Amino acid sequence: MAEPATATQAAAPAVALLKDELDIVIPTIRNLDFLEMWRPFFQPYHLIIVQDGDPSKTIKVPEGFDYELYNRNDINRILGPKSSCISFKDSACRCFGYMVSKKKYIFTIDDDCFVAKDPSGKAINALEQHIKNLLSPSTPFFFNTLYDPFREGADFVRGYPFSLREGVPTAASHGLWLNIPDYDAPTQLVKPLERNTRYVDAVLTIPKGTLFPMCGMNLAFNRELIGPAMYFGLMGDGQPIGRYDDMWAGWCTKVICDHLGLGVKTGLPYIFHSKASNPFVNLRKEYKGIYWQEEIIPFFQQAVLPKDCTTVPKCYIELAKQVKEKLSKVDPYFDKLADAMVTWIEAWDELNPIGPVPNGKAA
Amino acid sequence: MSLSIKDHEIDIVIGALRPDLTSFMSEWRPIFSRFHLIIVKDPDLKEELKIPEGFNLDVYKKPDIDCVVGTSTSTIFSGYSCRYFGYLVSRKKYIISVDDDCYPAKDNKGILVDAVAQHITNLTTPATPFFFNTLYDPFTEGADFVRGYPFSLRSGVQCALSCGLWLNLADYDAPTQALKPEERNSRYVDAVLTVPARSLMPISGINIAFNREVIGPALLPSLRLGGEGKFRWETMEDIWSGMCVKVACDHLGLGVKTGMPYVWRNDRGDAIASLRKEWEGVKLMEEVVPFFQSVRLPREATTTEDCVAEVANVVKEQLGSKDPIFARAAKAMVDWVMLWKSVGSSTSSPGA
Repeated sequence: MAEPATATQAAAPAVALLKDELDIVIPTIRNLDFLEMWRPFFQPYHLIIVQDGDPSKTIKVPEGFDYELYNRNDINRILGPKSSCISFKDSACRCFGYMVSKKKYIFTIDDDCFVAKDPSGKAINALEQHIKNLLSPSTPFFFNTLYDPFREGADFVRGYPFSLREGVPTAASHGLWLNIPDYDAPTQLVKPLERNTRYVDAVLTIPKGTLFPMCGMNLAFNRELIGPAMYFGLMGDGQPIGRYDDMWAGWCTKVICDHLGLGVKTGLPYIFHSKASNPFVNLRKEYKGIYWQEEIIPFFQQAVLPKDCTTVPKCYIELAKQVKEKLSKVDPYFDKLADAMVTWIEAWDELNPIGPVPNGKAA
Repeated sequence: MSLSIKDHEIDIVIGALRPDLTSFMSEWRPIFSRFHLIIVKDPDLKEELKIPEGFNLDVYKKPDIDCVVGTSTSTIFSGYSCRYFGYLVSRKKYIISVDDDCYPAKDNKGILVDAVAQHITNLTTPATPFFFNTLYDPFTEGADFVRGYPFSLRSGVQCALSCGLWLNLADYDAPTQALKPEERNSRYVDAVLTVPARSLMPISGINIAFNREVIGPALLPSLRLGGEGKFRWETMEDIWSGMCVKVACDHLGLGVKTGMPYVWRNDRGDAIASLRKEWEGVKLMEEVVPFFQSVRLPREATTTEDCVAEVANVVKEQLGSKDPIFARAAKAMVDWVMLWKSVGSSTSSPGA
């Protein structure tokens, strides 16, 4: 039976890798008590808290953390009319955090995710593992049967071409979950008691041309390499769908990574996911998604980006165009989503200008 | 072990490259004894085989091989390729094949791994090549498809090939092992996963299992290095064969799984000594991989034999002129299809 590590067991690393280059983005609607358990691992880092729901509520952040907090009022103020692209009453709002960050790397985690234990009983520093994943290359062009060849104690197997052994930069690191697995509502209803107790000691690159369901609960990425693709869509209040925010971002991200020759890893680290959301509520949110994904997935599998899309924003705008052309017929929602995707890029560019500002002064 | 699989549907094929199989067979006895075994002696091996009593087995030596395929053809079964003779003469649905320097491994809990049972489980549960499941094999107990996995893809496809892994001496090439002479694989990864469609990988022949009725002809001896030797570091035959298998599976809509079971691979040989011989193989892979990645089989290729013949054609056209080794491999593939048709039992159509 999986159990979370206790705070006393967590040992802070001697060196906090990338401490000035990484932001931790946390969406929350309730409280941030869970941070207490992560303190040894998270305290050196800057937090960006995106408060969803009622902005008049005060979210208490445990003492000693360096953070900035944004509620809906802040989002509206900062983005103006463009704030329409940021979801309300859904954890999808977290992508606002990616946009306002000034760091190279992002780690995002849900507030019901705790420190897990590895099979030896040791507390898992999930952030450290994500960083290792991001700082070592990916190998999307040929599958290595011993998984990540850059991990200690592993390597490329016989038959792996030497010309492919340098790998490509890793854009995203997708972690997994012990205890409550990330199942959809129908599966949750059929198997309410199933817990993930299997610790799979592997990190692997998802091959080029293969899509996957990207879960946003325990995710890290190189914001400079892939940030603009991590838009978590239109979910929640006023939208016909929920619990597909991270999925949408994952499909867009993977198509763009494949096009640009970037890698996506999955596997370690594990976190301990403590809260099973209500499957009936989930079913209502996911209902349309379960039908729509049958159209969406072939769309992404067949999406081809033109050669002149050489940057992430260009790729993303092109994808938005294709979404409008090909998915609007599935539901008018996709028309709105395509527009929101463009708004997102415009907002991203505004908050993250490249080079000197228009009036000639250096940024 | 799946209750629906009968022991008599399984052959265990062992290529004997060393004469004394006593400790090998004794260690595997708890797992192998219920099954029929086919032991094929490397035709180049001069000494007599030593095999302990108490097994249900057939042993094939050079004279037997000569008898079945003729003395000129029997050379294709030299070295590690001797196992393919076993695949050819087997009449069973499933084949499990392990190198003779591999022993049963222990899992993380110290329990002996029943590699046969795991391979059979892999082969008899669906594969999911069209979309990646982040919790690995969804048909394993305690796992399932994750949120976002399309429902229309959840029935999966038939699994044709199961590729196992190795603890202790991993299947590294000679340069890699020579650079890290002390490195041994001690990481037991508790997972089986489907290799996505159109993703290629190095399929090692050290520890594999397959559905012979569905994919049999695609496991074939064809690429032989000039300096091919009696250590895996000095071969590429399985890697080449594996490419053919994966391309055929992708075309025919069949799945390939990788991961468990693990076997314990004994230390043997000297990587540095093998460096010279394997250099040729390492160079060839630079051509081989992009080539197979570009292969597209025509719609008319609906059986495994068709796929092999088509690949042979393309190898001859595109690679034949680059190196005579490829021209020879292409011819060997064509010959193999004919041999399979005459000696091997016929394959059923895929998906049956």
